[in-house]
Amino acid sequence: MSTLEKNDSMPTKGAIRIEDVVKVYDPEGAAVMAVDHCSIDIPAGEICMIVGPSGCGKTTLLNTIAGFHGLTSGHIYLDDEILCGPGKEKAEPGSDRIVVFQNGALFPWKTNLENIAFGPMMEGKLSKAEIYEKARKMMVDAGLEGTEDAYPGEVSSGLRRRVEIVRALMNEPKVLLFDEPYRALDSLTKSVMHEALLEIYYKNKVTIFFITHDLEEAVFLGHRLIIMSSRPCKPKKIVEVDIPHPRDYSVLTSPRFREIMNEAKSVVNEEARKAFEAGEKEG
Amino acid sequence: MNINKFKSNFSTRATFRGLIAIVIFVAIWEFGARSQDLIGYRMPFIGLIPPPTAVLETWADLVVDVSYWQSWYMSFLRVFTGFIMAMIVGIPLGLYMAINRTFYGIAFPSFEILRPIPPLAWVPASIIFWPTQEMSIAFVTFLGAFYTIVINVLGGAKSINRQYVQAAQSMGASQADIFRRIVLPATLPSIVVGSAVGMGITWEVVVAAEMISGGGSGGAGGGLGFFIWSSYVGGSYEQIIVGMISIGIAGFISSELLRKLGGRFTPWLKTR
Repeated sequence: MSTLEKNDSMPTKGAIRIEDVVKVYDPEGAAVMAVDHCSIDIPAGEICMIVGPSGCGKTTLLNTIAGFHGLTSGHIYLDDEILCGPGKEKAEPGSDRIVVFQNGALFPWKTNLENIAFGPMMEGKLSKAEIYEKARKMMVDAGLEGTEDAYPGEVSSGLRRRVEIVRALMNEPKVLLFDEPYRALDSLTKSVMHEALLEIYYKNKVTIFFITHDLEEAVFLGHRLIIMSSRPCKPKKIVEVDIPHPRDYSVLTSPRFREIMNEAKSVVNEEARKAFEAGEKEG
Repeated sequence: MNINKFKSNFSTRATFRGLIAIVIFVAIWEFGARSQDLIGYRMPFIGLIPPPTAVLETWADLVVDVSYWQSWYMSFLRVFTGFIMAMIVGIPLGLYMAINRTFYGIAFPSFEILRPIPPLAWVPASIIFWPTQEMSIAFVTFLGAFYTIVINVLGGAKSINRQYVQAAQSMGASQADIFRRIVLPATLPSIVVGSAVGMGITWEVVVAAEMISGGGSGGAGGGLGFFIWSSYVGGSYEQIIVGMISIGIAGFISSELLRKLGGRFTPWLKTR
């Protein structure tokens, strides 16, 4: 991974190896192949952007890593430890891999602070006072002070997203799994969220598995883009983004950014057209 | 809906219009009821009912009458007995049906067969199989709230966003944690709504049940439903109206109480 800075700020934990994974829905009936012999290697601390047309099976792959779905064959490893594979179809959901969902999954009945404290409270390793102290500090660091006692429904959707990312980080995960988290945001809020995410990432380096179909988002955030083929899902092309981190929004106007965008766009368009012609439905 | 909003709008034009409308309504009622005396022609329908001034007079006499308040007490007691029993039985039943597929398969069909039977159709049967009349009235009021509460709890618990559960799972929550910290709070708004609707039905049912089963052998007074019925039998039309308005007020107080309580249990919904 040439674009990944090989310095000691990169974490040593959180490498994901997806090996020859196949996922078939409903094996007895009309078998639908969602993921087809997919292999991806993500080094620890990389922001890996998974780009592909809607409904290509990206989310299936994410759910398999998270442990919400099983796989049909193949292996998934986290730091050389097997998450799931033959004999263990379904990974155990765990706080080392936290998902940030497409529509957000903050608990509306808990305040932002309580949401952020939820994971450690469940783990039960620290005292309540310690957890809340840490949660407050994390919120201040993420620019969320003043919203501690508000309910998620009382703050803007952009702030909610930030709370959710902080909630994920409170669990000290090795991997963050993003499932198109900014899909519903308008483009202005989105650009603010991108910079905020990078800021959080520079402070807490974790591996990021980020699903999107917004190409600009993918190139701006990612170390690498893995462009997936339309259903069944498998990597079609890997695009290295050799723009050095830390990045800010001035990157968007750089010639190199345009070049990478163009390179990726032609591949994505081809897949999108295929998906469209195959009559793939949204989802 | 929101009482604070109502308060802050108190001096606004809309409230003013509402007040004017009530005044006009009462004036028409008064005039219509006295039309025979005033214009020598009895207005249809409205000419047959007592005028509001007469109702108020009767009411003023009743306010100092213990048996009138006894009726209030009896109806409230029955409504809340039936209602609280319906919550105690209905909420766990609805939740358990929602989380346990086997139990759902066993219980839901029977529930759905029983549900369309109107609570009042149970009156004769419940008089037969409950030892006291009080118990049979309480049972019928219980049924009034029970089905609504169960259906709402079941629907609420079943429609929980699966991602809340998945998020909790990946943050290390156990099955018990998920039930207590996700399923229960996520169902609370449905519990509140189901209870509010159930409370309304309870009042409808208790009044009818009291009318049907009569003043009773207990001698403690038959509740507001029986109050209306005995006023009718006794020919005091003013008292009928007093009884009707009393039930309206009693129902309003119950709903308001429930709304306040419900708001306290679901503080995150306040801002919506």
